[in-house]
Amino acid sequence: MNKLFVEASPHIRSSRTTQNVMLDVVIALCPALIAATIIFGIKALVLTVICCASCVIFELLFNMITKKERTISDMSAVVTGMLLSFNLPVDLPIYMAIIGCFIAIVIVKCLFGGIGQNFANPAITARIALMLSFTAAMTTWTAPLSAWDSTIDAATSATPLVAEKANLPSLMDMFLGVRAGCLGETCILALLLGGIYLLARGVIRFETPVCFIGTVAVLTLLKNGFDCTDMLYQLMGGGLILGAFFMATDYSTTPITTKGKIIFAVGCGVITFLIRQFASLPEGVSFSILVMNCLSPLIDRVTVPKPLGALVPEKPEKNKKEGEKNG
Amino acid sequence: MSKLHSIRLPHFSASAEQTTRKIPAPEEVAISMAQHIGAPCTPCVEVGDYVKIGQKIGDSEAFMSAPVHASVSGTVKEIKDVMNVGGRLCKTVVITNDNKNVVFDVKPPKADTKEDFIKAVRESGAIGLGGAGFPTHVKLATKDKIDYLLLNGAECEPYITSDYRELMENTDGVMAGIDLIMKMIGIPEAIIGIEEDKPKAIAKLTEICGKYKGISVKKLPGAYPQGAEKVLIHSLTGRIVAEGMLPSNVGCMVMNVSTAGFIHSYIKTGMPLIKRRITIDGNIVNSPGNFFVPIGTLLHNVVGFADVRKQPDRIVLGGPMMGNCAFDPDTPLAKTNNAVLLFADTVERKPTACIRCGRCVRACALNLMPTELESAYDARDAEALEKLKINLCMNCGACSFVCPAKRNLAEKNQLAKDFLRQAKAK
Repeated sequence: MNKLFVEASPHIRSSRTTQNVMLDVVIALCPALIAATIIFGIKALVLTVICCASCVIFELLFNMITKKERTISDMSAVVTGMLLSFNLPVDLPIYMAIIGCFIAIVIVKCLFGGIGQNFANPAITARIALMLSFTAAMTTWTAPLSAWDSTIDAATSATPLVAEKANLPSLMDMFLGVRAGCLGETCILALLLGGIYLLARGVIRFETPVCFIGTVAVLTLLKNGFDCTDMLYQLMGGGLILGAFFMATDYSTTPITTKGKIIFAVGCGVITFLIRQFASLPEGVSFSILVMNCLSPLIDRVTVPKPLGALVPEKPEKNKKEGEKNG
Repeated sequence: MSKLHSIRLPHFSASAEQTTRKIPAPEEVAISMAQHIGAPCTPCVEVGDYVKIGQKIGDSEAFMSAPVHASVSGTVKEIKDVMNVGGRLCKTVVITNDNKNVVFDVKPPKADTKEDFIKAVRESGAIGLGGAGFPTHVKLATKDKIDYLLLNGAECEPYITSDYRELMENTDGVMAGIDLIMKMIGIPEAIIGIEEDKPKAIAKLTEICGKYKGISVKKLPGAYPQGAEKVLIHSLTGRIVAEGMLPSNVGCMVMNVSTAGFIHSYIKTGMPLIKRRITIDGNIVNSPGNFFVPIGTLLHNVVGFADVRKQPDRIVLGGPMMGNCAFDPDTPLAKTNNAVLLFADTVERKPTACIRCGRCVRACALNLMPTELESAYDARDAEALEKLKINLCMNCGACSFVCPAKRNLAEKNQLAKDFLRQAKAK
């Protein structure tokens, strides 16, 4: 007989791997990438590819320089690159995008210990860093479909969150993504398709997107006196759908328990609402997620589940029964 | 009643509908004196003695123990120390089979009173046949008032179908055994828990239950770890066995269906526990099935008998979730072995970094946090381990199963328990 292989139980494992989790996220982001390419032209695809490549190369270089195990095969750098590019205006100078990739991968992720160790979402932190550093470039929006139709003025077009009421795109255009905005956040239809795919594949759980989007919806309705149209613009404008399905569901930067995830998502919704309605910034999704990322360890600490049968002051059933009998 | 966490596992139940067969009698058996949890037995035979099938060859004065009997007739070849699959070194009686099948003069035991019944069960060498191997008479001798006798027919691990075959082939025996235990111990109600993926067994037992008073069948969800004692008690009665308590403390007695079937046959015939049903399956087995094997059969006899496509490189005794890897093909089978699984093409898994996805936390039936436990153990933080209730982990393996980073969470938990024990002893 051959030499026997010995290992601790269990001897079978699920087919889920870190790599195929990340691959699923990439697949889920593809509809939005296709939509972005249609809406903003081939440069959307180019920017995304550059971001992905930069992220992977930065991670590989970091692994090599620090003489750490190579981790690029887990595909998480590709996800980061895609998400970052989705949060950028399509005409952002390439070097700025690459700086963003450096911030995301090297500073936010690798320096904190790599996958699973970072406390802040790399793509979101990078976006915020770019926003603060290159405010003008980061808020120069490209009009939708201008790449295909030369009659459209490509220069700038305000995002629907700050546009005057008269200039708002129709709700259908909002849903299909024919509006100005970051390249991957506009097409709600494509993002929802991706989100549903992730839910169906068990990569993410419904609690986070439902609570995040639901909180924004409810608070908006309460503030504007139950104006459903305005509420729908709020939900589909900015990066709410992208953030709720793809960034607030990031594993390492959000609480681990279901209860914690709900607290996190509601917190994101409240902060997004407050920033959008009362702060001078037009958009609050990124900041809300970053703030809640920072609170995640605290949320984790207060949501440790009670193990089954763990000894706590309450009386076990048997004593209760006996008590009843005696009484 | 809140629902406990569970996971879905692939079934691999190809052996389920095959009638139990026999394997050819082995030339030699090695019967360990430590077949169960508790004190090992001392051999009561000597080298050169002639022993008959069913003759007692080892016993112990200890309460937490059950005697051991010869499973073949023949001469005691030697008594030596053998390391069992759990890594425990114990006295083992090796018997050369003379193939004459001489049966010891066994008589149905006297079991008219509770005391005699418990004594008889002890003499039968009965232990829990589900896998843990708790001496059955110890369970029966509880001083607590028992409201429910819970029969474990969940068989929630993939591959294993031996309890299912017992339910299908020995239905009357199992029912009679349950009835007998209820009468003898004075238990008003019995519930047989069977997973929903065994509809034939559920139908067959539900029908026959009508003939007995106080026995019912309850369908369990087809999820893992349904057959774990605490989980089963919760599923069938809603009661929670708190930390440090025994099932009897909450008025429950849990017994494997095969154990109940055996007790009935022992009381009827007096033949002690000398053989058991095992499932032979795995990714290289052409015709999976269930087989009666004499206790003490050497593993290589079973492997040699199995119809395999290629040589196994990994042999699991028990289920794929909680069984142990055999490290030696000469390992003797024990009363607790309900399956022999043969695998080839084993690929070594390399754990990668935890991505904090929380799958392990959502998998743990006991609501533990495996990833946090692992960090606490890696930091050798005894205080944190205690706070996170590492002692409650039952090593069901669900956390390791679901981990996408392929981390050995369940294994770490066992190391952590040991570490905490040592840290506390200091």
